[in-house]
Amino acid sequence: MVQFTLNGAAVTLDIPPDTSLLHALRGPAGLSGPRFGCGTEGCGACMVLVEGVPAYACTLAASACAGKSVTTVEGLGTPDAPHPLQAAVLAEQAGQCGYCLSGILVSAAALLAKTPDPDEVAIRAALDPHLCRCGSHNRIVRAVRRAAREMAA
Amino acid sequence: MSAPDRGEPEARSETRPHLPSSGFTNVTGGPPPGAPKLPGSLNANRRLSQWLAFHADGRVTITPGKVEIGQGILTTLSQIAAEELDVALSRVTARAAVAPEAPDEGVTSGSLSTQDSGSAMRHACAAARGIFLQVVAQRTGIPVEDITVDDGIFHGPAGPIGSYWALADAALLDCEAPAEARVKPAAARRIAGTSVPRLDLPDKVFGAARYVHDLRLPGMLHARVVRPPSRGAALTALREGPLPGEARVVRGGSFLAVLAATEWDAETAAARLAARAEWAERDTLPEQAGLPDWLREAAMRGERSEVAARGTPPATVSRRLKRQFHRPYLAHASIGTSCAVARWQGEALEVWSHSQGPYNLRADLAKALRIPDARVTVRHMEGAGCYGHNGADDVALDAALAARAVPGTPVRLLWSRAEELGWAPFSPAMLVEIEADTDAQGRLLSWRSHIISNGHSSRPGRAPEPTLLAASMLAEPFPVKPSINPPMAGGGGAPRNGVPLYAIPHLAIETTRLLEMPIRTSALRGLGATLNVWSIESVMDELAEAAGEDPLAYRLRHLEDPRAIAVLERAAELANWAGRSKREGWGMGLGMARYKNSGAWAAVVAEIEARERIFCRRLWVAGDVGETVNPDGAANQYEGGAIHGASVALLEQVRFDRRRVTSDNWDAYPILRFSEVPEVTTSLIDRPDQPFLGAGEAAMAPTIAAIAGGIHDALGLRPRALPFTPETLAAGI
Repeated sequence: MVQFTLNGAAVTLDIPPDTSLLHALRGPAGLSGPRFGCGTEGCGACMVLVEGVPAYACTLAASACAGKSVTTVEGLGTPDAPHPLQAAVLAEQAGQCGYCLSGILVSAAALLAKTPDPDEVAIRAALDPHLCRCGSHNRIVRAVRRAAREMAA
Repeated sequence: MSAPDRGEPEARSETRPHLPSSGFTNVTGGPPPGAPKLPGSLNANRRLSQWLAFHADGRVTITPGKVEIGQGILTTLSQIAAEELDVALSRVTARAAVAPEAPDEGVTSGSLSTQDSGSAMRHACAAARGIFLQVVAQRTGIPVEDITVDDGIFHGPAGPIGSYWALADAALLDCEAPAEARVKPAAARRIAGTSVPRLDLPDKVFGAARYVHDLRLPGMLHARVVRPPSRGAALTALREGPLPGEARVVRGGSFLAVLAATEWDAETAAARLAARAEWAERDTLPEQAGLPDWLREAAMRGERSEVAARGTPPATVSRRLKRQFHRPYLAHASIGTSCAVARWQGEALEVWSHSQGPYNLRADLAKALRIPDARVTVRHMEGAGCYGHNGADDVALDAALAARAVPGTPVRLLWSRAEELGWAPFSPAMLVEIEADTDAQGRLLSWRSHIISNGHSSRPGRAPEPTLLAASMLAEPFPVKPSINPPMAGGGGAPRNGVPLYAIPHLAIETTRLLEMPIRTSALRGLGATLNVWSIESVMDELAEAAGEDPLAYRLRHLEDPRAIAVLERAAELANWAGRSKREGWGMGLGMARYKNSGAWAAVVAEIEARERIFCRRLWVAGDVGETVNPDGAANQYEGGAIHGASVALLEQVRFDRRRVTSDNWDAYPILRFSEVPEVTTSLIDRPDQPFLGAGEAAMAPTIAAIAGGIHDALGLRPRALPFTPETLAAGI
């Protein structure tokens, strides 16, 4: 049994203790936002926030999150109440296949929580653990800047 | 996005009416003899009810045979349908293709989807509108010319007289599309031609279950493959032992997989099983260090053919330039790994797949499993971005083989990153030799080239034997045949864009397709264009320099195609090419091509910085895709293609030893990251009265060419081999 707070709600998952957080989230927790990309911290598709800090869910044991707060892209916002970053990605049409976006969005949210007005270099540095193959990088950077402006307003 | 599919093109049935079973065709069916020609894929899929349906609740569903691969085609087709039907875009839902229900539009590739499917959808919807209006006119006595359609409601002079929705059940579309349909003139369009937001993006931003990876069926098991340790390895023994989670082993020939209730158990079991498997290994791959030599040598045993020939050799020549260019194998490197879900019910197989060609996959699954086509259903679901023939089809067979062990139970099989980067088909290594002659004024007189490569397609569904990966590993294995090239009428494979667009009196272009294939090859964005455009543009740059001319001016004086001239001038203007200044360690270069010499135009100016390695800092991209259905979507495709090109130019090469592909992780196969991606400025020339041309592949190859030009501008050396790393720049070819 592993207990933690997932997107603001308490969850108890009956899983082997060494199960990766990614498999726990996509399996018994029933989420689809965190995505498998490589399993070796190489692409950022699985990124989630643990206590507000970006973490690779693919290599992190779910048991290491016991008692902690885990946030996935589903926890950032919903279509009815989107996070400014989600709204900004839609406004900038900052995606093609979209597979990388779940991880990028949570990393960007962590960045803006710590640095409300990041410059472009800081945004690119924060997103450097994330791979995007469709070439949406510049639109995503514009979306982060847009969200920062919205959040400051 | 407009026209943005990516991958490889194919000939269409109208250009090759009598196809051998191994040939290329976009469609399996065809019109009856003497039937009028209909636009795009409608010609071979003529029933209107296959393309669209109205529903009493005020919705329209469209059912294209082309699939969403990250390019935005479902948005584009929905716009076209809403436009011609005169309904709000929000009423239109595009359903994913199912083989055998959807129109058979072959493979979503070759930047042909807006051409093939968009023109079909436009005609089908215009025809449907006409049929409904005829019926309403007959019922009301009001002439068709006096009826207007406003968001699906039909209005006569005195008010509403009906709607699509009221007539939804009348089976009015159970007919063949008429040859004549009143398609809207360009000036009347309100939805097509506007940058409506992508319809699929909200799901992706909120983490909704949209990808095949997210499909969860009741009782579903998870499966993983235990791959051989090297290519050509045969499974000789498997030690018994316990596995976690009551995992179950599936073994047939050298195909080995495990099934378990959870992903965690499946992965743990696969790792344990791998440690218990014994394989007979052997050397099957060439020496990577001598790849150009291997290509030359294998070409002697290859199949040489003429690509293009015109004119006669010049009598006198002032300058002759002879150059060679090389590129390594390239990987698709999608961020998601390939995935499929399969379920057997009795003798019938149902597969959920992110294949680019549901019908083609269905045909090859049937062959590999030795069952009739009719027993196989392939349902498309989206995957991570697709840039050509990747592992999507292969994993579907893996899933079907694993699921055969548990009849009635759905099985989800996901590839590892090592499988994705190590076992999916690769874009082949290539070598091109060019000789160009000019007169004393630098005017091109003759161009001769020889393009050496494995074929650029081993797509499923086209050959007598299945081409799916596991088919060659079964207890009764199928042979692996060398890849083939699409015909030049469909854009060609290795020689794609190998014929210069420039005015040259004498041309002799040849290609040699290798008949041995140590590394399985197939289509990846641009196919041969990624080498051919760069090599042609490099020679043009060098000839310009020899003639003492600016690269732009030299190109322009060899161009007659006004749209090629227009994109070159637009890119040069965006980049302030004429006013560029020389900075130490920085350089600018230019590249231009018309994709496939029949598709969209793209011209690119690149600015690079040479430091410890080469960085591409800025790209200015000009494009022309004819009519643009979704300008922002098309621009997104051009941007993405340009960044993909920059990544290929600067970083990418598949690495291998004599037995295995070693670049099977992101450290060994790096792609451009956020901090390395150039700024991209894109400008598209809209031509609303011109046919659609696909946007997905046009910008990639010219970007590589422009970066090479920038490297010469900065360092004074001309790259001869991809990628443009310090090692290859120092080594030449």
